Order: sequence, then structure tokens, then C-alpha cells
Amino acid sequence: MKAFTVSKAVTALMLAGLVLLPLYSQASGNIFILTLFTRVVILALAAASLNLIMGYGGMMSFGHAAYLGIGGYAVGILAQEGVGSGFIQFPVAIAASALYALVIGALSLRTRGVYFIMITLAFAQMAYYVASGLARYGGDDGLTVYKRSDFSGLINLGNRVQFYYLCLACLFGVIFLIWRIVNSRFGLVVQGLRSNEQRMQAIGFPAKRYQLVCFVISGMMCGLAGALLANNTDFISPAAMYWTRSGDLMVMVILGGMGALFGPVMGAVVYLLLEEFLSQITEYWALIMGPLLLLIVLFGRGGIMGLLGRFNRG
Amino acid sequence: MAEPLLRVEKLVRRFGGIIATDNVSLDVAAGELHAIIGPNGAGKTTLISQLTGHLAPNSGSVSLGGRDITHLPAYRRCALGLARSFQITSLLFDFTAADNVALAAQAHAGTSFRFFANARKEKGLRDAAHAALDRVGLLHRADVVVSRLSHGERRELELAVALASKPKLLLLDEPMAGLGVTESQRMVKLLQELRKEVSIVLVEHDMPAVFALADRITVLVYGRVIASGDPAAIRGNDDVKRAYLGDQHVVTHHV
Amino acid sequence: MLLVVEQFLNGLQFGLLLFLLAAGLTLVFGIMDLVNLAHGSLYMMGAYFAATFAAWTGSFLLGAFLALGATLLLGIVLEVVALKHLYGRDHLDHVLATFGLILFFNEAVRLIWGPAGLALPLPAWLTVPVPILPGIHYPAYRLAIIVVALLVALLLYLGVMRTRVGMLIRAGASNREMIGALGINIKLLYTLVFGLGAALAGLAGLMQAPILTVQIGMGENILILAFVIIVIGGIGSIRGAFLAAIFVGMIDTLGRAFLPNLLRQVLSSTAASTAAPALSSMLIYLLMAIVLVVRPEGLFPANRR
Repeated sequence: MKAFTVSKAVTALMLAGLVLLPLYSQASGNIFILTLFTRVVILALAAASLNLIMGYGGMMSFGHAAYLGIGGYAVGILAQEGVGSGFIQFPVAIAASALYALVIGALSLRTRGVYFIMITLAFAQMAYYVASGLARYGGDDGLTVYKRSDFSGLINLGNRVQFYYLCLACLFGVIFLIWRIVNSRFGLVVQGLRSNEQRMQAIGFPAKRYQLVCFVISGMMCGLAGALLANNTDFISPAAMYWTRSGDLMVMVILGGMGALFGPVMGAVVYLLLEEFLSQITEYWALIMGPLLLLIVLFGRGGIMGLLGRFNRG
Repeated sequence: MAEPLLRVEKLVRRFGGIIATDNVSLDVAAGELHAIIGPNGAGKTTLISQLTGHLAPNSGSVSLGGRDITHLPAYRRCALGLARSFQITSLLFDFTAADNVALAAQAHAGTSFRFFANARKEKGLRDAAHAALDRVGLLHRADVVVSRLSHGERRELELAVALASKPKLLLLDEPMAGLGVTESQRMVKLLQELRKEVSIVLVEHDMPAVFALADRITVLVYGRVIASGDPAAIRGNDDVKRAYLGDQHVVTHHV
Repeated sequence: MLLVVEQFLNGLQFGLLLFLLAAGLTLVFGIMDLVNLAHGSLYMMGAYFAATFAAWTGSFLLGAFLALGATLLLGIVLEVVALKHLYGRDHLDHVLATFGLILFFNEAVRLIWGPAGLALPLPAWLTVPVPILPGIHYPAYRLAIIVVALLVALLLYLGVMRTRVGMLIRAGASNREMIGALGINIKLLYTLVFGLGAALAGLAGLMQAPILTVQIGMGENILILAFVIIVIGGIGSIRGAFLAAIFVGMIDTLGRAFLPNLLRQVLSSTAASTAAPALSSMLIYLLMAIVLVVRPEGLFPANRR
């Protein structure tokens, strides 16, 4: 750690808050807040994975919710077919996400810019329709997960606190991995490609290969979030991969600050709490949220992390 | 005669009805500094782009060290020892000078599919970067972000990036474009040093610099080679005088 | 045979509707370089306006005309108030801001019209089946959609290719600075083009309204189809959007109609009925994937270099 900065202090406070939250929940008897924050942590994990390709890799994916669905359905379908072990469910969720990312990435990366946005969006919508067509697994109505993933006594996902800490550990683990990746050889190449692809080709890097691998890594991380999400809600439906969910994830990343390590966590906390707060004021909360997003785009460049950074530069 | 380092044969590139590269053939021997000159619109940058693989020719061939590279993508040519600088500065603007050069070194030092270790702490890469920066006189600016470097410094950094990939052949597309008098002089001095180590193809408008540096000069007009030879021969060539040197002052003032 | 002709016409009709939507989207993108996700909301608003005005006036046609004007006006207001501030910004900013607008429009509709859908009943003269071939009848309304959409497509083509404004539009698509340099009021042009795009979306929405229910979120799925069309047709190209829209409309409609039977030829009937819905909804995305592999820049890109 170098100098003290406002953004570091706020980040540290937020992380401490996340770690201590179950204590508060138990002391105050407020169970709802733990449920809410479990969701926040899981979606923060998904947003962090999106940040890897969007913030660091410059790949604007508008179809990231597809992995939430794929990870979730991996858990749900296996559970329904009698495979309850998390040691199988979670790896399958991650592998299925990797496979999807590999195919979609190989196709989408043939284009760039706004095409990339549209294509990732369209493919995620395809995944949504496919899930809606799975009559055996609930179709449109979704699939109830009657039993949470079983980790043979190692950890009990049925216990709220244990489950929360599992999610938090996954989040921290993924952020640690992203931190290592963006400072590694691979990460520098990916960031270089975001900055100037032609230059990177000229000094000898085949762009697509690196971008595709990065895309797949991000998909796997988000697949993990999907597996956790299905356990959290005991339910998975096509709605988990509806395109507005992808939009939510993008908003979290940008709100928090693209390319900032803890930005997506900040973004997820603020976005979901704001949603919660507004929906308590009025049933028509999106009436406020929508224009708010517009204002953030128009006036709030760099997200919350960027804003906090400005305190230091004076 | 020994195999030339770079051999270009009957290269043709059309854009719609315009022939930007018209049957161009030229050789660059190892250790040579070969300058390509020509008035604006002569197709010099188009030619360079075909040599580096950023643009595909319609016909003809390019070979490097006897190996046909006509259809290789840019990054493969770079791996074979072909490095370029861009006419319009093309760097990673949000990276530091050292990072820019270190990435070029990294491309030629083992795989970049390493996900865990901090690349900025790899001594080999940092040393290579610092050496290349030192070579162009930018070492004191190593940790400055490119967007804060001056135009002249960026041109020098372009060279350092090209050098860091340890090329056999350096393609320089107007390295002096936009430089002031003193900066230009520094660049000429630098090129004079570099040519001892590496073969260079130099595209340049600055005629005094070209005639001071080049072993051989190829003159391109409307995509065609109208003359090729040593500086004295080019100076004495009537075609060149008529087509080009006659209005040299006009051309140089275009820049 | 009867079914084939009918489905073929249904495909054409759906494709033409998609074209109206995609044309506005691709115009706005080609000229202002703006990605407008809320385009689907304008489609939805067109449908809601039509249902409301038709109920007020008691006339379907009058309601439709008023709705068309209202979406045009809404588009212009939207551009002036919000979207024009996004020109020249990052595409990501566009996506985010217009995503916010979708949330806003959906919620506004829920507030004003309630969560339940509306119906837009057709007048009797539009519900009669019209003989088109000996022994084959087709609903008059769907025929009317085909005729109107083809007329609009023709007008759009003539407008863009033949008129002064169209010339400016094409000039804008290929060279933004140039029209500025010509001293044309570029802001006004942009507002008008956006209004036109909104009106096209509104037209598509109000024409689709009697066939489907008018409901919240109706513009979102069809917007994604419009994206697929733009990707297939090539960005900024009206001609590409037209051909790709017809193509997608056909494939989607015919796929849904005939794929289950086709699958039954090769699979067991239970397997076929399980796979068919998923597969037929995937068809156009598979088509998009194939186009991406073969021609990543789309089938008919606007600026070929």
C-alpha cells in the first residue's frame, strides 16, 4: 500500500462492512439484510467478471447474464437429475460457461465496437429462448432447486451465514485472481489490445487469441456466480438471463468505475441498494432509476471510483 | 549475389480504379539503409503497410531472409524480425513509456499466456525496456505515461518499441514527421547509430536527412519505381529531377 | 399448399414490420452514430398510442394517424431533451443511457395504462379474408400491412436516393464533417432523422398491435431481432436492412411453422416436439452466426472500401 487515498479508505470500509454484515444481522435479528446482501455479493461477483473483459479488455459484452443462467441451470438440472454434489455441480457450471464463452467469443470477436455489443446481446437472447424451450426443466416458468448444492459436510449452503461467507469468499477469490491476471503478462497484453490493437499486432501479438481467452475466463467466473445464484434463490428461470439483467451488470460496472478492481463491488452495492431504497418509496421506482442512469452517463464519468479519486487530486 | 534480407517482387495493390502500388520490386541487403522517397501520394505508406502485413497486396510477393511472407499476418512477420514505426504515432497512450517497450520485448521472450506472475516485476523484460529506452535517449522518461510525452519523445519511443523486438529489419515510416529542427537532428544522429546494428527501410520526406543517411534510394512516383540507386546516382538521374527533385521545396513544405 | 402460401405471406409481413423497425435504427446509427436501445420503446409507444387514440376517436384509421404523429413528436422531444447530448459520446454511454430510457418508458406505461395489456380491435372491413389465389384467402389486415410497409419502404428508398434531404443523409452517413462544412443545419437534420426513425418504429408498433396484445416490454424482444437484422444486413445500410429483414422474417415464421414437422421425419415425435420450439427460436441466431463467420461486416455493408 502506498499513500492513503479516499477511494482506498472507502473501499476498505465497504469490504469491512461486507465481512462484518452477518454479525450485524444476527445481533439485530434482521435476516432480510443478509438475504439482500447475499444477492449483492453474488451479482458483484458477476459484475467483477464483466469488468475483466469490459474495463480491462475493452470488450463491451451485453450478454453477460447468459452465464448466470448457464451456471444456474447447470445446478438446477443436475439437482433435478439426482446429482446433488456441489463438487460436480459447480465444476459443470463453470465448464458449461467456458464452452458457451468459447463459441460465442470466437464468433463475436470477429467484429468490434457496436457490433460486438449487439451480437453478444443477441446470443444471450438466444440462450434465453433456448432455456424457455426446455419443457422438461420448467420452460418459461423456470426450475425449482429443491436441494442446495451438497459439499459433503464441508460447508452447509442451507445455513444463511455459511452461504453468505461462501459467496463472499468466492467474490474475494475472483477479485484476487483478476488482480493477478491484470498485472500478469497476459493481462498487460489484453490491456494493450484495448488501448491500441494495431500497435499490438505490429509488435507481434495475435490479438484475437488473447481476447478470446480473456472472454472465456470472464465467462467462467460469471458461471460461478450463476451457480451461487441458483442456490441463493432455490430457483432458476430464463429470466436470470434476460437481457435487462445483462444491462444491470453493465450498469454496475460503469457505476462503480470501469477498470477499477473493486469498482464493480461498489457499483453492485450502490445499484442494488438504490433499487431497494427506491422500490420502498414508490412502486414505480424505475421511473426514477431510468433517468438517473441517463444523468450518470451524462455527468458522472469514471463512476464512483473515479469520483472518489478526484478528492485526492484536489 | 547473396540472398537479400528483404525482397519485394512485382507488388501490385489497387484501390478501386487507382493503382497505389504498381509492379514494385526492390531488394534490401543485410546491413543496408534503404530509403524510399517520392512526392505525396506516391504510395509509400501503402507499400510499407504491405511489407508489414497490415494490407494485403493484389499480386506479387514479399520475402524476408529468403522466406515468403506475402500471406503472413502482421504479428507473424514481427516474430520473424520485421519491426515498424508508424507515420502517425501509434502507441499505447494510457501505458508508461517503459510498459510500451516492455510489451514489445515480451512479445519476443517466451509465451504471454502467463496469468499469475506480475509482468512488471520481470527483470528481463524491464532491463530490455530500459536498454531500448536508453538507446533512444528516453530512459529518464521511462515511467511517464505516453499521453504526457511530447511529440518528439513519442517519435523516439516509437523507435524504442521497434528496437525492443530485436528486429532484423526496421521499417520506419517518416520518423521525422512533425519534428522541429533540433529534434530532427537528434533523430538523424540516432538513426546513424542504429544503422550500424540493424538494416533499415526509411520512408522520409526530409531530403537532406535521406541523402545523408541512405546507402541506396528508391524513388516512387504514382506507385511506380522510377529510379533506384546510390544517392549520387539518384541525384544525377534526369527522371528523378524532372518528376520529383525539381519541386523538392514544394514537397518538403507540404509536410 | 394453402398453409405454405399463408405462412409465406406471414413471413413476408413479419419481415416488413421488422424492416420498419430496423430501418429507423440503422438510419440513426449510420448518420448520428447513436446506438438507441430505446428504439423498441418507441415501437411500444406507437402501439399504446394507437390503442388509446382508436378508443377515443372510435376510428381505427384516425387512431393510427394520431399515433403516428404522436410517436414522431415523442421522438423529437426525446432527441432534443436527452439523446442529442449523447452524440459524439462513447457507444457504451449510448447503451447505458438508452437502457435507462427503457426502464423509464416501461414504468411510465405501467403507471399510465396499468400492468395489463391493451387490445386494439380491427374495424370489420379489415377482418374479411381476401381471395389472393384461387381457393386461397388471406386476412385483409395482414395484406394491408404488407402494402403499407412496402409503400413506406419505397418512399424511404426514393427519399434517401432522390431528394436533397436524402442526399444530405447519405452524405452524413459517409462523411459527417462534410455536411457541417456545407453549412447545413446539422442539428435540425439530426432531430428530423431521429423523428423519422421514431415514426417508423411507431408505425411498426401500431400495425403489429391488432395482431398481438399491446403490452409492456413488447418492444424489447423485437428490438433484438432488429439488431440481428442490422448485423446480418450490414450497419447503416437501408438496402441491407430491407433484404435481411425479409430474410429473418421468413426464416423465423417458416421455421416455427414447419420445423416441428420436419423434425418429426428424422426424430421420434416426443424428441421432435421437445427440440422444435428451442431450435426454431434459435434459427435466426444461427443464421447470424453463419453470416458472422462468412462475412463479419454483414451481407450488404453501407461503405464498401
